Amino acid sequence: MSDALAIHAEARPVFYDADGRHHPENGTLLGFWLYLMSDCLIFACLFATYGVLGRSYAAGPTGAELFDLNLVAVNTAMLLFSSITYGFAMIAMRQRKVAAVQGWLVITGLFGLAFIGLELYEFAHLIQEGAGPQRSAFLTAFFALVGTHGLHVTFGLIWLVTLMTQVGLYGLTTDNRRRLMCLSMFWHFLDVVWIGVFTFVYLLGSMS
Amino acid sequence: MNPTHATAHDHAHDYNGHDGYNGTTRGYLTGFLLSVVLTAIPFWLVMNKPLANPQLLAFLVLAFAAVQIVVHMVYFLHMNPKSEGGWSMLALIFTMVLVVITLAGSLWVMHHLNTNMMPMPAMS
Repeated sequence: MSDALAIHAEARPVFYDADGRHHPENGTLLGFWLYLMSDCLIFACLFATYGVLGRSYAAGPTGAELFDLNLVAVNTAMLLFSSITYGFAMIAMRQRKVAAVQGWLVITGLFGLAFIGLELYEFAHLIQEGAGPQRSAFLTAFFALVGTHGLHVTFGLIWLVTLMTQVGLYGLTTDNRRRLMCLSMFWHFLDVVWIGVFTFVYLLGSMS
Repeated sequence: MNPTHATAHDHAHDYNGHDGYNGTTRGYLTGFLLSVVLTAIPFWLVMNKPLANPQLLAFLVLAFAAVQIVVHMVYFLHMNPKSEGGWSMLALIFTMVLVVITLAGSLWVMHHLNTNMMPMPAMS
């Protein structure tokens, strides 16, 4: 920082960029993005595991026999709807409309809840049929990958309720706006991972 | 110190769209409509089987997913080369390199392990 000057005359140091360059404005948002990228690597490992073991059926049921694509299509729609409703919440946040933000967050949460509900129904159905995670390497990899994604969505929902409480108590303060932006990235990121899941696991799995 | 030439840090923590993460209603709707189309086509292709060639079908399904991931990155995550001074994009590119190595490397190595495995003697 040889070209940046620090003036300590006041109680709080004020930093000036003598070159007039654009500073990275939000350290938190970049840091959260880096967290998402590391999360992306966790999913890459789980996808790689599924890619290697996804055809090892151990004489058990195959993906084509197990997957109900209608259910997966509905689930995909739930997540996609929740993505755009969160987007509307962010637009309302920029216009400082607290009620609209809360309303869109409730709708987003309900779509997320529907997604988790359908996924748990699918899991329960599979386990009931004897196609639980211990049945074959394929099903172990399947439950690990899809379950990890579902767990992320669950924690996203807990975070969503927490932030709705925060916004309800303190309004759209700078802190709460920053938190909502982080959750926005998290939520949209999970939708991106789901594209990989429904393509790689469900669609390609149903073809085999 | 030239005040007109200086950027004060006080204005930095303002989450109002100067950071490149905020989108417009139009942007979100465009991304949503593109996503619906890019999701519906591969589901339709797999469920109704209009294509006889499974390799071509698998390639098309993967291609639609790749395009949809880019659509989500641009319209929902507002990824662009300028956000956060280019650091977001740099982190993304680095991660993508690692993801490709992890996926392609694992599949490649394990495939060769399988094909080069000693044939098991038939159980008698």
